[in-house]
Amino acid sequence: MHVLWRIVKRASKYKLELTFAYTTILGVTAASMLIPRFLGTTIDEVLSSGSQRELLMLGLAVLAANALRGAFAYWQQYLGETIGQKVAYDLRNEFYDHLQRMSFGFHDKQQTGNLMSKATTDMEGIRMFVQMGLIRAAFTVLLFLGVGTAMVLLDWQLALISLLFTPVIAWRSGQTMVQMRRVWLLVQTELGLMTTALQENLSGQRVVKAFAAEKHEQSRFYYHADNVSRYSYHAAIYQASNSSLVTFFYVSITVLILWAGGRQVIEGTLSHGELAQFIFYLGILTQPVRMIAWVVNSFSRGYGSGQRLFATLDAVSPVQNMPDAVDLLRVKGHVQFESVSFAYDGTTPVLSNIDIDAKPSKVIALVGAPGSGKSTLVHLIPRFYDATSGTVRIDGHDVRDVTTDSLRRNIGIVQQDVFLFTSNIRDNIAYGKINASEDEIINASKIAQLHDFIKAMPDGYNTWVGERGTTLSGGQRQRLAIARTVLLDPPILILDDSTASVDTETEHHIREALQHVMKGRTTFVIAHRLSTVLSADLILVFNNGEIVQRGTHQELIELPGHYQDIYNLQFRPEMTDVTNSQLGSTANKLANEPITEKDHGP
Amino acid sequence: MMGHGGGMGHGGGMGHGHGGLDDDDSGEIYNHQVVKRLFPYFKSQLGLFTISMVMMLVYTSTLVLIPWLIGYTIDNYVLANDLTGLNRIGVVMIAVIIANLVGNYLYMRLLGKISQEVLYRLRTDMFNHLQQLSVPFFDRNEVGRIMSRIMSDVGQLQEFLPMVTITLGDLLSLVGIIAVMFLMDVKLALIAILVLPVLATIMAIWQGYAKKAFIRIRYAISVVNSRLQQNISGVRVVQSMNRENLNLKQFDKVNLDHLDANIHAVKLSAILMPTVDLITGVALGLVIVVGGTMVLNDSLGAGALVAFALYVQRFYDPIRNLTMQYTQFQRAMTGGVRIFELMDVKPEVVDKIDALPLPAIKGEIKYENVCLEYIKDIQVLKNVNLHIKPGQTVALVGQTGAGKTSMASLLIRFYDVTSGRITIDGQDLRDIQRSSLAGQASMVLQEPFLFSISVSDNIKYRHTGSTMEEVINVAKAVGAHDFIMRLENGYDTVLYERGGNLSIGQRQLISFARALLANPRILILDEATANIDTFTEVLIQQALKTVLKNRTALVIAHRLSTIQNSDMIVVMEQGEIIASGTHEELLQDSPIYSRLYLLNFQNPTDT
Repeated sequence: MHVLWRIVKRASKYKLELTFAYTTILGVTAASMLIPRFLGTTIDEVLSSGSQRELLMLGLAVLAANALRGAFAYWQQYLGETIGQKVAYDLRNEFYDHLQRMSFGFHDKQQTGNLMSKATTDMEGIRMFVQMGLIRAAFTVLLFLGVGTAMVLLDWQLALISLLFTPVIAWRSGQTMVQMRRVWLLVQTELGLMTTALQENLSGQRVVKAFAAEKHEQSRFYYHADNVSRYSYHAAIYQASNSSLVTFFYVSITVLILWAGGRQVIEGTLSHGELAQFIFYLGILTQPVRMIAWVVNSFSRGYGSGQRLFATLDAVSPVQNMPDAVDLLRVKGHVQFESVSFAYDGTTPVLSNIDIDAKPSKVIALVGAPGSGKSTLVHLIPRFYDATSGTVRIDGHDVRDVTTDSLRRNIGIVQQDVFLFTSNIRDNIAYGKINASEDEIINASKIAQLHDFIKAMPDGYNTWVGERGTTLSGGQRQRLAIARTVLLDPPILILDDSTASVDTETEHHIREALQHVMKGRTTFVIAHRLSTVLSADLILVFNNGEIVQRGTHQELIELPGHYQDIYNLQFRPEMTDVTNSQLGSTANKLANEPITEKDHGP
Repeated sequence: MMGHGGGMGHGGGMGHGHGGLDDDDSGEIYNHQVVKRLFPYFKSQLGLFTISMVMMLVYTSTLVLIPWLIGYTIDNYVLANDLTGLNRIGVVMIAVIIANLVGNYLYMRLLGKISQEVLYRLRTDMFNHLQQLSVPFFDRNEVGRIMSRIMSDVGQLQEFLPMVTITLGDLLSLVGIIAVMFLMDVKLALIAILVLPVLATIMAIWQGYAKKAFIRIRYAISVVNSRLQQNISGVRVVQSMNRENLNLKQFDKVNLDHLDANIHAVKLSAILMPTVDLITGVALGLVIVVGGTMVLNDSLGAGALVAFALYVQRFYDPIRNLTMQYTQFQRAMTGGVRIFELMDVKPEVVDKIDALPLPAIKGEIKYENVCLEYIKDIQVLKNVNLHIKPGQTVALVGQTGAGKTSMASLLIRFYDVTSGRITIDGQDLRDIQRSSLAGQASMVLQEPFLFSISVSDNIKYRHTGSTMEEVINVAKAVGAHDFIMRLENGYDTVLYERGGNLSIGQRQLISFARALLANPRILILDEATANIDTFTEVLIQQALKTVLKNRTALVIAHRLSTIQNSDMIVVMEQGEIIASGTHEELLQDSPIYSRLYLLNFQNPTDT
């Protein structure tokens, strides 16, 4: 019950509302209990030849009791739902904030669909628990207690008969709660898996179509869809048996009272009005009895949902600010790696013993096969992950000793797969600098070679991108990412200059953009382009998580080794004998390029 | 019940304009089209459904019967001091109780069964329908929006189905109660339902407000959820740009909007509580005064008065329930409209009825006067003619938007040509079954998409019967074997969402291996090596020489170094083929190719 207790604690933040809610529950219960009394008296009156005046009084009394109950019921309903909504509101904010502060290591392993189902379905489960389990349940219990007491006061023997079933109902409900809890958890898990299967199927439709794998895809979705409906059916069976049994007991009690009470009336030990009162008391329980099934359900669902949601909220980000972390001011951009090793899972090393000393304003190119550790390395600088051992320093500060906010403010990143937010182009460029002026934005997009393209769009900077917006090509997205980073003016820059889906002309533009951007910043660039490598101050060649070679192009090209292999493989094959002369001139050009660039360099 | 007539005649909204999905929310609580479309799903469960309805009838009648039995017992046995009669009626009551238990249990259990069957069939039908839809549909509609139709909209129906039957039961018991009351005493029955029209009027007014209030809530929650989803998907950017505090502030605003909308609606729904209570009070008061007088006049039994009092209290319960379920009705109807709108979208690429499976092919491809328009009158391909002989490797070069990817997409039939035709071994693509084509042609896509299953299952994909040896062979052929072996569990390593635990280059290699495993006669590479470093690429190219032997290949690449050795290079510009030939020929004859080539080397794409 620990999980439910945590929900209760969240609700207890609204002390005033809760107190008021429970007060109104007392009111509703008290007013409800008046009605059977008046009705019972009516029966006594009419059987003992009372007057019409008294009937009128009783009629008005019942009306008043009902009106009173209605007034309390309004507040009970209002407060019950409001508290539930407020708890959900708090949790949503907390969930949102928690997720955006979890490190990459956490997000790598998450399925978006599953997180969203926690934020929607499970959030609803918790809200329902507050409303039903915490407030409605209190009313149900209180009414049962009230009716029980009233009946004992009327005739304890008769009351005993009816109370006989109460433990049975309680026991059945408790048992159902446990069963339902288990089934709900299964339903939720399978729903999550089904969502994932569906999401992947839809995102990968081109692959599905290209392989005509529609039938193959069916099996995975069907499997989970089948489980979802099977477990939901199990839940329905539990609910059916519980709620029909509860109704059965309730109806049995009514009949028993009628029979045993009828006997007592005939024997003269009970008045007609008292028997009627008994029956009317049971009568006001109809609705609460029906509610029991829902209340039980809300407990089970609340438990399952709470477990899933709290599991995410309890996850601690491995990247945390130290208690005594200081703010890093604007740095010069001296980045050092000292014997840095890293493993995603803690065991398989992705980087081992990396030493780098990147002086301010220098361009460091990272070269190597996919998965050789280049991306991982650059992710350690803004502390998206923490090194397993060794230290990363910026201007001499261990990155773990400064606040992540201030650290990341000094670093700009252009990722390989560019994520755009559903908004217009302007807001996407100004994403990291919300108060940027129009001039700054235009300037940044000019540097990124994007301004002309944006200008050519009918809506210009107001063009909507992202979901339901204009689809940008890979090259355009990349330049937009460059623009939004340029706007931040970071002293340290991390670039992943992928050439994906970019034609030669565009690439030319991007290359120019990058040259501009790198000026005066310490730049780590995961290089796919020869031009980038040629203009780098330092080339690091990666293989299996280690730096196997380092130096400038001129130095490395002379040495036999990995870099030379790469370089030769690129230019030697067949081409040479195909277009000898042309390649010759091109090669000359290439050889000259780094030198001229160096001259212009910082 | 509330005036549900207002929502009808709205069924026209199920069509689809441009294949884009609408997110309208009409707020109606009854939509005839939706109910009509749902009907066939119940029809297959007709047997169970009938039993379930009969059981519900049994259960409801016992509930209606009990107060009457109480009144009857009091009047005829208790007041008459008839002990044996009391015992006799006790037996009848036991029968009623048992009928109540059996009826209730079976009706709920069968209903659970039926609704789960219906939902399962709805989900799988939607899934299958989506598999039939063509690529253009997915171009136009974001995954998230399609998802919400299968998940939330079907989920709304899941909550809705049991509620419908509860409501149906409520209505039945309402009718039953009125009938029994009239049978007992017409005058008192009329008095008891005197206030019903008042309530009906109040409800009719109320639902006008409720409709708007609940639409507002649903709009607010959709904003909240899309904000959250964006932040999860874009979390890497959020953290890189230090946007956390600002984002939270913005999220809090929409979250608060949602809270406000809810509190507004709560006020509205809570107001019905005192209303119903007050009206019940009036009815009950009237029954006491009028019924009591009648008992005093001996024109009514005291037991009958008890029964009336019980009935009047029960009478308004169904109405109270209905108000609680009001928003659920709205949601379900909106959900239903959205579900069937999706189901009504027609696939654009469909097999002809007489389409034949493609026999084993040699791999001769002909584009004959091919034109393609995605949007009417905007030609993406203009009168393209191209002949590729079996076993040839043909490269397409040109700028972004020149139509290269469209050429490739047509060949695998993501789209159909607008005019002209494409033949493989002389057979028009539109005359053969699409699935038989995909068996013999494989495509490696620009953006590698992997599933969150194991590496080996990703490589096998549809060809689940492949041996591990075959998997390793293709992985070696594309140079993926080494890094796969270094993964935590080698080929059994389960990938994260979209292959997130691999670099894009690695993902591309695996998708390459996946295409090879199918052993296709025709291989289409759409910038298959764009994210791969040169070193690996050269290795792949060497492997490709053996791989492409005896296969027809269509290769798209921006790095000219990749395709210089092709049998034919086709230069495209603005949807047209402007030159073709070997590398040497083009360098001589095509100024555009020469320019591209020089640009490529002035600005070498590779390390």
